[in-house]
Parts: sequence; structure tokens; C-alpha cells
Amino acid sequence: MAGEQKWDKVVRTTVWSAGAGCHGGCGAKLFVKDGKVMKVEGDEDHPWNQGRSCPRLLSLTQYMYHPDRVTYPLKRAGERGEGKWVRISWEEAFDTIVQRLTEIGDKYGRESVLFCQGTGRDIGGPISLLAYSYGSPNWVQFGLSGQSCYTPRLVAMFATMGDYAVADASQFLEKRYNDPQWTPPRCIIVWGQNPPPTCPDAFFGHWIVDCMKRGSQLIVVDPRVTWLASRGKYHLQIRPGTDGALALGMMNVIINEGLYDKDFVDKWTYGFDQLKERVQEYTPDNVAEITWIPKEDFIAAARFYATSKPAAIHWGMPIDMNPQATVVAQAISHLWCITGNVDIPGGNVIARPSHGVTAYPYSTAELERLYGQEFIKNILSRKIGASRYPMVRDFRHWAQPDLAVDQVLSGDPYPIKAAWIQTTNILGGQAADTRKHYEALKQLEFIVVVDLFHNPTSMAVADIFLPAATFAEKNSLRSWWTPLSALVKAVQVGECKSDWEINLELARRFNPKGVPWKDVKELFDSRLEVSGLTFDQLAEKGSWEMAREGHPSKPYRRYEKGLLRPDGKPGFSTSTGKLELWSKCYEGWGLDPLPYFEEPPESPVRTPELWEEYPLILVSGARSSVFFHSEHRMIPWLRELDPHPVVEINPQTARELNIEDGEWVYIESKRGQVKRKAKVTPIVPPWLVMAPHGWWLPETQGTEPYLFGIWDYNINQLIPTGCQSQSGYGGGAYKTMLCRITKIKEGRE
Amino acid sequence: MPRMGLLIDYEYCTGCHTCEVACKQEHNHPAGEWGIKVNENIVVRSQKVTIDYIPFPTECCDLCGHRTSQGLLPACVKHCQANCMMYGTIAELSKVMENKPKTVLFAPR
Repeated sequence: MAGEQKWDKVVRTTVWSAGAGCHGGCGAKLFVKDGKVMKVEGDEDHPWNQGRSCPRLLSLTQYMYHPDRVTYPLKRAGERGEGKWVRISWEEAFDTIVQRLTEIGDKYGRESVLFCQGTGRDIGGPISLLAYSYGSPNWVQFGLSGQSCYTPRLVAMFATMGDYAVADASQFLEKRYNDPQWTPPRCIIVWGQNPPPTCPDAFFGHWIVDCMKRGSQLIVVDPRVTWLASRGKYHLQIRPGTDGALALGMMNVIINEGLYDKDFVDKWTYGFDQLKERVQEYTPDNVAEITWIPKEDFIAAARFYATSKPAAIHWGMPIDMNPQATVVAQAISHLWCITGNVDIPGGNVIARPSHGVTAYPYSTAELERLYGQEFIKNILSRKIGASRYPMVRDFRHWAQPDLAVDQVLSGDPYPIKAAWIQTTNILGGQAADTRKHYEALKQLEFIVVVDLFHNPTSMAVADIFLPAATFAEKNSLRSWWTPLSALVKAVQVGECKSDWEINLELARRFNPKGVPWKDVKELFDSRLEVSGLTFDQLAEKGSWEMAREGHPSKPYRRYEKGLLRPDGKPGFSTSTGKLELWSKCYEGWGLDPLPYFEEPPESPVRTPELWEEYPLILVSGARSSVFFHSEHRMIPWLRELDPHPVVEINPQTARELNIEDGEWVYIESKRGQVKRKAKVTPIVPPWLVMAPHGWWLPETQGTEPYLFGIWDYNINQLIPTGCQSQSGYGGGAYKTMLCRITKIKEGRE
Repeated sequence: MPRMGLLIDYEYCTGCHTCEVACKQEHNHPAGEWGIKVNENIVVRSQKVTIDYIPFPTECCDLCGHRTSQGLLPACVKHCQANCMMYGTIAELSKVMENKPKTVLFAPR
């Protein structure tokens, strides 16, 4: 591209999924000519990424203008799975959807329609608007066993602290690392995550690297030697599914050696004595035996964490995929509570939606503010899983996914007849037991898929396909912790619409009284009212604004200043006003108020006979720098960098199995087999293999029965449903199943 | 005109591929062609695994002359997520190198 090229305009906006595919937050500059985005760069004036970018964002133009992208509404012409579609108008699409969903709702009840989301885009706001305007309580991450992504960690923090918390990399401060208020963490525990390849849960992965350069030393808890693990002061190479035992063992060391913050614990926590008693069961010897981590390693790591104030913990989804994940997350959150690393610079700081604005509702309280307390209480009590799991009933909004798929198949206690699928490629992505979900979806009478490309799910089951916009093609709003941000529309592609536009139009048709806004900007302005800004004002500021000093969404030490509780008193927003190490919430939900450890459903310890037959632990889901879950396999610049569905195997294990690097192998479990290309590498231990998730091959046949290769390559076929925690949240066994590897006899594929 | 180069601090390169794709976008390289390519080096020593990444500027690297002539950084340096790449004169960069181990200096042209 020549330097003298003139742009018609350069749009400064916020990145959030579709396109870059991620949990967003970066500032981007979009260079537009003749109504097309020609180029994208990171915005150097944005405090989040400070000009940096990732491979997925830099491939934006290949994503937006890909020849396979669906850019107008479609309806199915042949049978499901035949891949025959005809173009229709938006008007016809909306009319058909309203007519069919109204018929089904009138006949079977509004709760018979599932509103399914994945993890992408700004989906939480628009899908809740649509589901609740239609009248269904069943907003669900369909397929995600145990709702095992962030929700278990969120509920543990909510129960313990009355708030959520994140590792402080200065992200709440406009001047970032140069703000004199901030101190780098002396120690960061990176627990169950590999942040550099991807930016999880409103956290730019390379902030960890920024902190390392400023002196932070790492403790990395991971069964694999990630790049961060190879740079860590301590690497705790844990057996998957035993994180709870490790957290309890570290607390055993910290409490028994008197390394906790006694003043802080006395003043600000509740239930310390009971916790102290509970951790006595988790002696270093016991914990070493459970976790397979040498005792001296985690003892030293525990001492280092406790004596290195400020210290922060940054954690990931494997925690949610532990058995009884809600107590595992609770135990880890106790570590920052007993060491007094709460809401201090460089510690774990309380994170609230910026400016108090609700864009993607995170909590029941936010939904109540938007839709009314009575309505929300009523609708949440009717969602799937609410009667079995009090925690699921009371915390957040999602129906329980394992029960949801069972209910589709059984019709008990009430029938499920339709699905609205938006931002999720269920069969190519998050669904455990893919075949079960395939069979369940096939039974439904009517299915709408809202996406950007055809994928295995849309090919298998969609009756109507609505084309969604990338972040560059839409206005939207983001308040996920910080800063308050606007997505600013730069261009239009085909007839694509944003999820907000689609859902606002349909919500209005289902419930005209509840939807007074004439367009999405008016809706955003109403959501933004508490910030004192309009959408256009926010966009004009370069698309972001940090909360002001003294606002409850701005750190630090808010518990001392009376900024956390509704009554304005110092303390935390819990019933006791303290950090509840012995959880009154958990007790109220009929659960053990203290953390404990439970073996994974399949493991060398729990099922030794199975371990003899399947002597490897199968971990799925490690992240690639160039893909977001099941997205981006069709983007040339990205696929070239990570072309094959691989399985990582340790060299010793590969030698024993006579497998060479690059050979095709089967991963076999008692649930089936998946084909992968062996990647022989010492970054995995000999007793574990890792297979990335989300694999389908868009360059192959999409029609039935092939469905872009999911039955050959999708690793989540080997993961069962039904392993959810006693609480209903967490426990999806995506990282703890047993398998064996066999060489494909016919040779290379 | 002094010779210009790229300094890579491979203590911090995470192998995220940003430089490679930034270069692709800037120069519209076709498949198989790279202006910069990340190399992975995994060493096992006394059972400790160390992973290093080093981006290597290839034959196609022109140090983004069209950008630097306008006062912009080369596309790879600008976007590097680890901030582990520097652009400058060989003289400046070699001074940085004197004080920073685990660095490598390239003079592609």
C-alpha cells in the first residue's frame, strides 16, 4: 500500500469480536476509502492497547470482504443439511420469524424457545432484550457444559466479596503505567491461562508482559509449559482438575506459617477461623500427592505470593472446568482476601461496569434495573435449572446448559420447540457431546441462526440465516469494566445488520410497549444516561472515557471509603459487610460454605481401571493467537499460521507409540475418536495430550453428513455433558477426560 | 543516510504472530510470502523447558520505507504486542544492545 494513499476518513472505534474475534477493548483506527475499510491499525491514543494490535484485528479486511461471507438474509430451500438457500428480504425474514415464534409460543408456551449465545460479540445486551421481549426465560450458552466459562469465578467472587475483581495492570487509569497511583504487582499468579495468544475476559493478554518488564515475577499454574511458564519464577505443573487442592494447600502454608495479613483479616474478613480449620485437611504432602506438583515448589510459591505485596492473581477458564468449580474459584479468591491484596494498586481490584452503565448485563441486579425487579424475579425462576439449582436461579440469568439439552430431548418438564442461535457455532464450538446437541437441535421445529459465515451449525439446522455485522460495521456500547467505550460504525457491508439492530426490531414487534426507542442510538443514550454522555459524545471522544476519580467503578481502596455498599458505609457489599471466607451465600444456596477438593469424573485416581486402558489426560481448548474459538479458519493470513487441527504429544510418549511429528493419529476415548495431526513437543508432560477446540474445515464440504468435518476433527465430541457442579455452575469436563492415542494405520491423510 | 535496523528483545517476544500479519496487511503478501517470520526455539535443559521466539526479517523486508519516510514506525514494530521490537539506526540500537541481554539486531538492507 503506497504511503501517499488518501483515505476518505479514519474512524476511531473500539474492537469487540466479529472481525477481530475476541472479548474486545482495544482501540482501532479504520482507514476507509470509497465506502470500504482498506486497512486497520491499533489506536496509539487508546489507553487499552496503546497502539498495539493482534493478528486477528490486522486481518480484518480479509474477514469483512471474504467471498464466503453471508451478506443478505437467507431461508432454507431444501431439507436441513442440503445447503440449499434462497435470498430473502429483511422484511420477509422478520415477518417469518415473528409469525413462527408467535405460533410456537402460543402453542407450547414462550419458554419453549431457547435463545442461544456463545461468547462472541456484544451479545448479552441484544439477546436479553429479545428473549425477554418475547417472554422466554431460556437465554442459554447452549452446549457449554456447566456454564463453565467465567460464571463460576464470577459467582465465587460475588459470594465472597459482593463484587468481582481483576488483576490490576493499571487498566482503570488513563495514564496507565505512568500513573503515580499504580504500582506493579511484585508477584502475579497466572493460574490456568495463557494470556498472550488471546485476550480473555476484558484483559489484554500482553498486560502481563508489560508488568513483567516493570518487575512483576510470575507463578504460573499450568500443566503445559507455556511461554509465560518458561519465564516464570515458579511453574506449578498441575494435574488438570486439581486446582482446588492446590489453592487449599497454598492457604495451608500461608495460614500455618503466619504469612497472611493479620490486620486485614481481622478487620475485613468473616469466617477466617473456619477456613483455617478447613485448610488443615490439605497438608503439603496430601496436596503434592493430589496435584502431582512437588511439595517444595508450591510451598515456595505460596510463600513468595504471600510475602510479595502487592500481588495479583490472573486466572482462566480451566478453573471453571474443575469439578465443583464454584468452590475452586472460591478457594483461589480467598488467597487474595487473606493476603490483603484487595482493591490495592497492583493487587486484585474490584471491577464494576464503567460509569455504572449496563451494556452487557452481568448481574441479576443490572437486569432488574433494566427490566424491573418483579419481571426479572419471575422470569429467572422459570428458566431451565432454576428449580434444581438455587445458585442458578439467583445468580446471573442463564439457563443451565446440561439440563437444557436433556430437556430438548425429553420434553420434561416442558417442551422445547425452537431456537434462536446468535453468536454461537454450537456444533463446531462449545458444545460438549456434539452428537447429543446435534440430535437435540434436529428435533426443533424452527431455528434461526444469526452469524457472519455459514458454519457446521447453520448448515445442519438453520431455517433462516440472518447476516450479522462485524464491529467495524456497527454502533454499539461497551462498559465491561473499563473504559466506557463506543463501537463506531465505519462502513456498511451488503445488507448486514448489527445484533442490536436485528434484536431491537424484533423485540419491538413482540413487545411494542417495552421498546420505546426508535433506533439503537436512542437505546444507547438511555443506557448511557448515568454517565452523563450521549453515544455521539462518547464516539467523538475517540470512542472511550475512563470513570472519574471517586466514582464507585474506579479503584482504589473503595471499601475504606464507603464506595461499595448501597448504604454508603465502609466495607464490602455482602451481608456482613466483610469478605465472607465462610460464605453465607453458599450456605443459603444449600452448599458447603467452605471450599473443598473433589477428583475429576475420570482420572488416574478416581477411575484407575479406565486409566489403564486410556493412559493420557486429554486437555482441550488451549488458545491459538490466530483464532477465536471456532472462528477464523477461513481467513488466509491466519490459517496459514495455524493450518492443521493438531494434538500436542510429549516426545517420550510419541516415541513409545511410534508416532512422529506431523503424522495423523486418532485420539480415542470411551466416547469415540477424533482425528488429529501429531505435534510432538516437550511443552506437554508425558501423561497429557492437548487438542485445540473449535476445529472445522470451511474449505471442505458443508452439507450433510460431512458438515465441514466436525465428526472427524471436533474434539468436544469426546467431552460428556452432565458433569456440572453441585451448584449447577462449573464442572464441564473439557480438560480432564482420559484418552489414548493411536497411529492411523493407512498412513498420512 | 545511516543504516537502519530492527532490534528484537527476545526475552519478551511471545510468538504472537502480530508482526507477521501486520507485514502481510501492509504489503499484501500472498500466501507463503512473508516480510518477517517468527521462529520458535524450544530447549530442554535439565528437564527445564525454555521457549524463545525470534522474528526474522526476510528477503521481502524493506523496513517499511514508505512508512518511515512519513515518520511512522514499520508496521511490525508499531503493532508488536510485547513492545519488544525497536526501529532505529544501527548505531542507536547497538547502544541499547550493550545494556540489554537477549537481544538480536538485524540490518535487513
